[in-house]
Amino acid sequence: MAAPAMVTAASIAAAVRAGTTKAADLVEQHLATIAAREPEIHAFNLVLADEARAQAARIDALAAEGNDPGPLAGVTVALKDNMCTRGIPTTCSSKILAGWKPPYDATVVRTLQAAGAIVVGKTNLDEFAMGSSTENSAFGPTRNPHDISRVPGGSSGGSAAAVAAGFSHLSLGSDTGGSIRQPAALCGVVGVKPTYGYVSRYGLVAFASSLDQIGPFANSVEDAALVLDVIGGHDPHDSTSIPQPHPSLVGAIQQGVEGLRVGRISDLPAGADPDVQARLDLAFETLQAAGATIVDVEVPAFSFGLTAYYLIAPAEASSNLARYDGVRYGLRVEAADTDSMYGATRTAGFGDEVKRRIMLGTYALSAGYYDAYYGKALKVRRLIHDDFERAYQQADVLLTPTSPSVAFKFGAKGDNPFAMYLCDTYTIPTNLAGHPAMSVPFGTGTEGLPVGVQVLAGTLQEPTMFRVAAALERSMK
Amino acid sequence: MSDRITAADVAKVARLARLDLSPQEIERMTAQLDGMLEHFADVDALDLADVAPMTQPFPLVNVFRADVVQPGLDRDEVLAAAPAAQDGRFRVPPTGGVEG
Amino acid sequence: MSEYDGLPGDWELVVGLEVHVELATATKLFSASPNRFGDEPNTNIDPVTLGLPGALPVLNEHAVELAMRVGLALNCTVQPSTFHRKNYFYPDMPKAYQVTQYDQPLNVDGHLDLPNGVRIGIERAHMEEDAGKSTHVGGTGGRVHGANHSLIDLNRAGVPLVEIVSRPDIRSADDARAYVSELRAILVVIGASDAKMEEGSMRVDANVSVRKPGTPLGTRCEIKNVNSVRSVGRAIEYEARRQIDLIESGDAVRQQTRHWDETDGRTHTLRTKEDADDYRYFLEPDLVPLAPSAEWIERVRAALPMLPAARRTRLSAATGQAADSEAVGSVVERGQDDYVLTVAAAGGDAARALVHVKEAFADQSATPQVPAADLAQLTTLELGGKLTATQAKAVLAEIVAHNGGDANVIAAAKGFEAMDTSSLEALVDDAIAADPDAWQKFCNGDGKAMGALVGLVMKSSKGKADGKLVTALLNQKKR
Ligand SMILES: [Mg+2]
Ligand SMILES: [Zn+2]
Repeated sequence: MAAPAMVTAASIAAAVRAGTTKAADLVEQHLATIAAREPEIHAFNLVLADEARAQAARIDALAAEGNDPGPLAGVTVALKDNMCTRGIPTTCSSKILAGWKPPYDATVVRTLQAAGAIVVGKTNLDEFAMGSSTENSAFGPTRNPHDISRVPGGSSGGSAAAVAAGFSHLSLGSDTGGSIRQPAALCGVVGVKPTYGYVSRYGLVAFASSLDQIGPFANSVEDAALVLDVIGGHDPHDSTSIPQPHPSLVGAIQQGVEGLRVGRISDLPAGADPDVQARLDLAFETLQAAGATIVDVEVPAFSFGLTAYYLIAPAEASSNLARYDGVRYGLRVEAADTDSMYGATRTAGFGDEVKRRIMLGTYALSAGYYDAYYGKALKVRRLIHDDFERAYQQADVLLTPTSPSVAFKFGAKGDNPFAMYLCDTYTIPTNLAGHPAMSVPFGTGTEGLPVGVQVLAGTLQEPTMFRVAAALERSMK
Repeated sequence: MSDRITAADVAKVARLARLDLSPQEIERMTAQLDGMLEHFADVDALDLADVAPMTQPFPLVNVFRADVVQPGLDRDEVLAAAPAAQDGRFRVPPTGGVEG
Repeated sequence: MSEYDGLPGDWELVVGLEVHVELATATKLFSASPNRFGDEPNTNIDPVTLGLPGALPVLNEHAVELAMRVGLALNCTVQPSTFHRKNYFYPDMPKAYQVTQYDQPLNVDGHLDLPNGVRIGIERAHMEEDAGKSTHVGGTGGRVHGANHSLIDLNRAGVPLVEIVSRPDIRSADDARAYVSELRAILVVIGASDAKMEEGSMRVDANVSVRKPGTPLGTRCEIKNVNSVRSVGRAIEYEARRQIDLIESGDAVRQQTRHWDETDGRTHTLRTKEDADDYRYFLEPDLVPLAPSAEWIERVRAALPMLPAARRTRLSAATGQAADSEAVGSVVERGQDDYVLTVAAAGGDAARALVHVKEAFADQSATPQVPAADLAQLTTLELGGKLTATQAKAVLAEIVAHNGGDANVIAAAKGFEAMDTSSLEALVDDAIAADPDAWQKFCNGDGKAMGALVGLVMKSSKGKADGKLVTALLNQKKR
């Protein structure tokens, strides 16, 4: 694969701020890489060459005038195509939103741009973020830069591939059940799902509101920390945004792991391939060698995560996706009356997986079934949360595989939806608990493909989580 | 196959969700949803009587906005992006019946 | 008393009212677009109002405060609450769900006392967002189908509402009307809403059923689109009679939503929905719980103005008029009761002041321009027999026309001489002498004959005589 330049985002920004590197040159380098490899990867739904050049020129001008263009000056970023960008198509890789240009920017887009970052494109995803392989895009799949016969993971497959292929320094994805961490693992990059409420969801097209979080993909733990330092924080436009400042993660990663307690979940659901398990075992050894203590913990409800998730997420999604009705924006299929228009529009506009989840969620909420399904799933969610909280009294972080396997071949999961859902076995419980977790590349498995290790932590314990991730990363150098 | 969901349920749900599914699609969807709901048997085995449902990942309460007008969106820009508009309004096929 | 006919036989009416009220905020419930009636279509819109992908709601604090005012004014308990999504498709409902309070409404268990003393229970008063407005445009070229379409204006979408749900305690069309008008008065006084039924900022739905006393509740129909206080009673009475006719002819009442048509004075079945409503309520994940502190609740309670019922009681006590009399009711409704009390405090007569304000101040605001002292002086002259009722009216008209004036000066300018009792007595004697026949009848207790005698005195005095005084003199002479 095209190895990205191994310089940190912070050092790039420093050079651009000092005027020693031109943002314009950085943009041209990335556009050249995109031109070379994007046709085979298809990471993007849209490349924003003109906009990126214009933003680079503004940043270079600011620096030349002696003004500070910001902590991400000249750093290129790719955005998952479910984040609203004013006047720029935002499709969620769905026919129902094809060509829709939002009249407003997501909060993260504003913050990134205010920090001097340069958006180079909107990346492909499973339609409405529903999937684990980016095969569910209405605009064709994204391919894994490490092996184009394999999936990049999903749903943020385009964002993971963009960073892995060197199309941008950084990217943002969204993670509802593992949609940042799993593709990060499969593409060999760092991917972070912060604590629920850490990053504003305003302008992120909702999949499942109580689970969705935006987070970064990066080539290094430090870069990921830097992005989160920029996009994290309270947003008055998001009622679920945590109203308190977050400590600097860039500062936190300087500390080692000595004295930290790293938990091994003894009742973790089986299913990880041996190559993945081997890397996880090595990760524990590595941290122990670096001064951490390994402790065994139990999270009994972990194994119920998948089942609870596949009722809660579709239930919320069924409501969130009801607004695509052909009245105000997006696709409309004309019909004789409004009600027929709804059906015709939604049937033509949504893909199979989206329809399946809308159906499942509608069913779980419908009269007579709410208590049996949705209501029970919410109780299981409580169990999972409480089990994690107990575990975090014994351990500062937990370690699991991110994905049960390395990147798989296109079509490998066949026609059985549940086989695909199993990809998220290890990532889903975190979203249900509202906790942070991240995937850090930790060597390779079968056929030299990347393996990720997942570091999980309690609410707002990002600093500790990043310390552990940084220690794993250091050991690989 | 379990009997958690029937084709009639699926047809009713499709109607609620405003999805037009053919009889074949309903049949296929019934099998798929049933397969997924079957995994719920594990959860059914749990004793959840004393467990409070968790609806909020981070406990916040009383999040407010001041009652102050902020600039909104431009009507022309918004209506230009609409499938159909007329007289400053969104146009839809007849809704039938009396105003809801 | 009643303008309604009442129900035939021993049928009993059972009514519960659901009143939707738009709150008088500057902005919408969950976004910063203006909450304003009558603007150009789709000019008060933003990502939240439009239900754009990615938009998120943030609760308007002032809307919560106004909703609490409503609850406290209706003697409700204000409790911690949450918002749910009520899912259904309709083109003027942009997200295809309405955010509303479901099983944990902000206000519960209150009551409203009607002026006649009847107490109506309030089950709940919850917050929710309004929908937009659909205009249904008819076909062209005479085709029934084909050219019809609807136009959607979302200015009203997201406007904060409080839905006030009464218990089914209302037993007559008069009480239903009184409930709505009392509720309206309360809402206006507490500043929660302008409560204009004609502009839709107050909308009444009535759940109507009939039964024989002592029997279980009958099947109810919900009547929508009741657009004026007066039609509340009409619609209910029409609907009750329709149900009675059905039952008495051996049919059953079917639970329906019906539409009140003001022009033909009937209720009509709304289009029957193909499928039963299944709103799939669930907790709105984009909002957090609402739990007003005890301190906040008490602050809102303490700041509530005096409510109409208390004002009527106070005015009744000051004037000696019944609390549910028309004079007390209308003066309180206009908010001019404070003014009447000020006139009394300035030395005027409260009862006379009430009458004058009720009669002559209808076009004035709650704080009339006429200085209270001027009206006080007028009532004093009247009471002292210096002015007859007719003269007082004329003087008052002058005072009102000039936003004040000295009653003595105006009376003098008009040549209103106080007529002393001896000269009045002479005129009374003259009248008796002029019509002995009437006098005889009067002495025999014929009221009409008294009118004739008083009329003679008024004529001979050129209207200067005080009618009451003349009557008193006639009665005196009879003994
Ligand atoms: Mg209602
Ligand atoms: Zn309502």
